[in-house]
Amino acid sequence: MTRRNCREMSVGELTPLGQWERPGEFFRLRLEGEGFARWTPGQFVMLRPLAWGPEILWGRPFSIAGADAGGVEIFFQVVGRGTARLAQLAPGEGVAVWGPLGNGFVLEPGVPVLMLAGGVGLAPFLGYAAAHQQPADLDLFFAHRLPLACYPYAELAATVKAEAMCEAVPADLERIIARMRERMAAMAGAGLVLACGPTPFLRTVRQAALDFGVRAQVSLENRMACGVGACLGCVSRDAHGHHVQVCTQGPVFWAGDVEL
Amino acid sequence: MDMRVNLAGLVLKNPVLTASGTFGFGLEFEGYGDIASLGGIVVKGLSLKPREGNPMPRVAETPCGMLNAIGIQNPGVEVFLKDKLPRLPWRETAIIANLYACDVAEFGDLAGVLAGEEGVAALEVNVSCPNVREGGAAFGQDPLQIVRVTEAVKKRAGGKPVIVKLSPNVTDIGACARAAESGGADAISAVNTLLGMAVDLRTRRPRLANVVGGLSGPAIKPVALRCVFQCLKAVQIPVIGLGGIASAEDALEFLLLGAAAVQVGTANFLRPDFSFRLVEELPRALAGLGAADLDSFRGSLQLPL
Repeated sequence: MTRRNCREMSVGELTPLGQWERPGEFFRLRLEGEGFARWTPGQFVMLRPLAWGPEILWGRPFSIAGADAGGVEIFFQVVGRGTARLAQLAPGEGVAVWGPLGNGFVLEPGVPVLMLAGGVGLAPFLGYAAAHQQPADLDLFFAHRLPLACYPYAELAATVKAEAMCEAVPADLERIIARMRERMAAMAGAGLVLACGPTPFLRTVRQAALDFGVRAQVSLENRMACGVGACLGCVSRDAHGHHVQVCTQGPVFWAGDVEL
Repeated sequence: MDMRVNLAGLVLKNPVLTASGTFGFGLEFEGYGDIASLGGIVVKGLSLKPREGNPMPRVAETPCGMLNAIGIQNPGVEVFLKDKLPRLPWRETAIIANLYACDVAEFGDLAGVLAGEEGVAALEVNVSCPNVREGGAAFGQDPLQIVRVTEAVKKRAGGKPVIVKLSPNVTDIGACARAAESGGADAISAVNTLLGMAVDLRTRRPRLANVVGGLSGPAIKPVALRCVFQCLKAVQIPVIGLGGIASAEDALEFLLLGAAAVQVGTANFLRPDFSFRLVEELPRALAGLGAADLDSFRGSLQLPL
């Protein structure tokens, strides 16, 4: 029987990031085993530790931060009971992994790319920078609330041109939005904008893309039960008002094709 | 071990069916196992016309379960017949259409559309929907309405077995089962989801846009077992058990009561190969209990004297 898309992997490394700032909130997880020979940055995986009993039912979706034939890496923030349990995984523990799922970002060699990341939305861009043939064509704008050490930012800033702005107090938000729009306006005509982050962040990106006529893709992160298009729990509306499944028709959409 | 099941004349290769709304049209799971190895697939609820379904959020995880209020989003029966059914291995496994309508005549029309389709093995009727012509109360909460819907579907089903899927949100599920039987149902599936609700203290909002939704998952298994037990006592026709099955042992508990077959629902979300693994594990689990075969095990529950 073929089970090519659901495999059991084991916990390799689970590394807390910036633990001196906010203990136990951000983690990088590497799972080892039969990895993914083929995947596209922006695609995601569903994870469910084998030891989870019936108390927590669903797997959890995560952007692929990196993958190779021997494993897959994700970056996550503890936001609820599922991620809190993932943060307690021990090396060697078994995890059911299904994926790669959904559609990733476009890769267009030679085209300047502005990557816009909000908080934990940085994850897919680690994979994007690794997969891109000319990382020198990539620019990153990163909006965050917690100290930079909480995110795998330095690693990315080593390979691409990166700018970060911190929303330390609510008044910072206006400056960040103005700067994002400025950066996006500069991409009009020639470039491509890729964005991942919370919905209000993506809404700003979508609006700027429409205002400036910039080609932009947004990666949505709706709550999911199955990840494979069966439960219809993760839908968003497309430009015509029809429901589209974020897991199988996204999570990456052209900004003009989806309502936010 | 011979795991075949004769369900009202419909022969299933094993007793594992996937429950409507949890397995898409089956095609979504092709990458995770051999869908032809399943006893059958009950497809996503179908209506005559396409339905957009409910607004978001539509699902909420709860302890040992989940709530859903999807609202029968589906592309309509015609799209199913044209685009989905031809791609399904219907010669090798039973494809069961799940019918959703909001009045009796519409149920009959839907059955009529499916009746002549060679690839559809049976019809499962979802009576948990509101009856828009009769004040909006769910068909499934009124035995008289269950009789009428069952008769309407049976009359137009072209001889295909008709399964009525009962709601647990009733005072006397045995009466509902008898209503389905008297309306001509060939089998019963029990149970659909339990009506539930979850709220978010921080936002002070319900966790579903629809406010209330259907509870499923291991949390409901004891209720489902009780419902199946009461249905089995009430009728002669076969009963398909479902509600919270998340292991081979759970499936065997329903078979022990006397269920003819089982449906796996929410557990398909635990991992997408769950049902395929269950098909493989069930004979081993049955043998592990010392059972010679499925037929001798089924219904062997020992009740107190």
